[in-house]
Amino acid sequence: MILKEDKLSKLLQKYPQERRHTLAVFQDIQHECGFLPKEHIIEAARYLKTPLAQAYAMVTFYRSFSLLPRGKYVIKVCDGTACHIKNVQGRLDCLKRVLGLDPGETDKDGLFTVETVSCLGACAISPVMQINEEYYGNLTEEKIYEILADLYRKEMRKL
Amino acid sequence: MKKTILVCCGPGCIAYGGLDVAASFREKIASLNVNATVETVIKQSGCHGFCSRGPLVRIMPDDISYYRVKPKDTEEILHSLDKDPVERLLFHNVGGGSVKSQRETPFYASQMKLALRNVGEIDPGSISDYKARGGYEALRKALTMEPEDIIAEIEKSGLRGRGGAGFPTGLKWRIAAGYDNFPKYVIMNGDEGDPGAFMDRALMEGDPHGILEGIIICALAIGATEGYLYIRDEYTLSLESMKEALADAEKGGFLGESILGSGRSLRLNVVRGGGAFVCGESSAMIESIEGSVGEPRAILAYPTEQGLWDKPTVINNVETFINVPLIIRDGSAKFAATGTKTSKGTKVFSLAGKVRNSGLVEAPMGMTMRKIIFDIGGGVVGNRKFKAVQTGGPSGGALPESLLDLPIDFDTLVRYGSMMGSGGMIVMDDWTCMVAVAKYNIEFLAKESCGACVPCREGLRALSILLTRICDGEGEVRDLEIIRSICELLRQTSRCGLGKTAANPVLSTLKYFPEEYEEHIREKHCRAGVCGMGRNTEVKDDVDLADIAAMARAARKATFGETREKGPDGSVGGKKENGTHNNKSTNSTGAES
Repeated sequence: MILKEDKLSKLLQKYPQERRHTLAVFQDIQHECGFLPKEHIIEAARYLKTPLAQAYAMVTFYRSFSLLPRGKYVIKVCDGTACHIKNVQGRLDCLKRVLGLDPGETDKDGLFTVETVSCLGACAISPVMQINEEYYGNLTEEKIYEILADLYRKEMRKL
Repeated sequence: MKKTILVCCGPGCIAYGGLDVAASFREKIASLNVNATVETVIKQSGCHGFCSRGPLVRIMPDDISYYRVKPKDTEEILHSLDKDPVERLLFHNVGGGSVKSQRETPFYASQMKLALRNVGEIDPGSISDYKARGGYEALRKALTMEPEDIIAEIEKSGLRGRGGAGFPTGLKWRIAAGYDNFPKYVIMNGDEGDPGAFMDRALMEGDPHGILEGIIICALAIGATEGYLYIRDEYTLSLESMKEALADAEKGGFLGESILGSGRSLRLNVVRGGGAFVCGESSAMIESIEGSVGEPRAILAYPTEQGLWDKPTVINNVETFINVPLIIRDGSAKFAATGTKTSKGTKVFSLAGKVRNSGLVEAPMGMTMRKIIFDIGGGVVGNRKFKAVQTGGPSGGALPESLLDLPIDFDTLVRYGSMMGSGGMIVMDDWTCMVAVAKYNIEFLAKESCGACVPCREGLRALSILLTRICDGEGEVRDLEIIRSICELLRQTSRCGLGKTAANPVLSTLKYFPEEYEEHIREKHCRAGVCGMGRNTEVKDDVDLADIAAMARAARKATFGETREKGPDGSVGGKKENGTHNNKSTNSTGAES
């Protein structure tokens, strides 16, 4: 989703025109759009009086930014140490089987994105994944299938 | 009679439905009007610690703890408030019998809560809860003290940086206070990046004012007038909690212009991290706050001399700050009475992995790892055999059972090739392959290396390739020699702590579990069956996949039926020329014009 011009400038104007706000501005844009559209990066860099190369370096350095559109449901599978030793790969295989997605991919319908993250900080309930803001802990294969089925059901009901 | 029901709303309990339990309590109280004689207050508190048995509920002042509470249990609990507790929800000992108070359970009995003093006891969103437990008293006291005396008190307490490096906090403050170069800055490091660590998050979400009070006292001591709280963007709850606390503290006069009418001011800002592990390094964090790529600086001067915008800056970890009010309020002697000779106070650990009672644990420095893992943690889950414990996050080491009686503090574990680090503690059983663990840690560090210095960037990549080869059964004996020499290179020549300590996971596993490397290389065998060379690791399809796949297709069709044929920009779907990104760009130009 790309922001309308007035909405973008409203977002930018919350911050003084200083380079130190680059990270915050990009986070806000990503929050609104789900990713960082090229046009917005250019506009934000201009506003923050930051060279475009510098802004682009920020976008590619920090892991939380995405240059590609992401799905309505962003599935972040935790690959922290505690989760890893409890067979995260098996959980990723489950997602792959149902959604056909490897980590970093988004389906054609823009419904699901699968990502791995370093640690969600919920190791006591590992293996764990996060879908948008919600945490799902002690994941088993059955649980993953149920969660996905629920989401699909929800999508169907909306129509 | 007044009763308080504390519902744990830490991340673990929320995932188990803690919020529903809290909602159910509220609803039941309103609708049932039970126990008119009992005035009941529901509080959503921070993490109680015993995450593996959540959602947790505690009734105060009776100190009754309930475990695995479901919304359907709330009515029974409310009816029991002035009677006997609900037996089935209590903690049951292995030998039989149940206990009411959490202090009587093996998980809590040997713990000592200093940093976690308020976590799980108060509503983190309520400044009056915090004040009722002695909050902001230390600040009032600090305002009557000379900065020099505050620093001396912290020095005498022996407090050392909880982020992992263990630098003496008082000394750090003294150095920064010594420069006449204003403005000075104070930074809170809440960029908890170690996989397997969730201590700082529990503190930020459970007792935000405790941290703020420590930060304000630090600012008074060094003469800082501005500060930054650098918090991981992934920690949504922590960000909310700290922002709310900032606003409340400002309203209460504890922050902002003229703190409590003293004429001294402090402005604090929240900065959201960008998900880069290396930003936990102090100079990288400074770069990040300044609006740059988080690459560590080549050290010419420490941040205490030239930090943020080249001004004297103190960066301390969340847990370091939360200990400060305690030291100022109760005196350094009381704090220094706990711990070992060189490491004072307590340390919060996040106990996870293949351990029965996983959760948040606070223990006095010097407690043995055996006690933490077996007494508090209840041993290895599923009656498997203990193999190793990884301390200190990805750059720590894995230690075998023979070393479990080592006391845990800043200095001991370093001598054995690991470190206490920020407090992550991951237990591994005999189904864990130590070569694969080393490979996992190296791959993580290689991914997170900022790439500015060559040894770290290239060395970690080479290590990762070599370890992958060994795990795939293609390793050669001489690989071990190459691995050792790269490790040495990393340790000696890297620019920052990430590279300097990156060899730990490899060297420690090589040292304590050499036979596993040997087996992988010579016999092409993985005794844990992880590397696909031993036990069959094939995953079975025992769920009706066909149904789910069919449903998925149906849902997709129902959702996108018509629009799938044509893209929003009028292009024909499926035939994509330049990938999704470009496709979207075309779309956007359409929307803008």
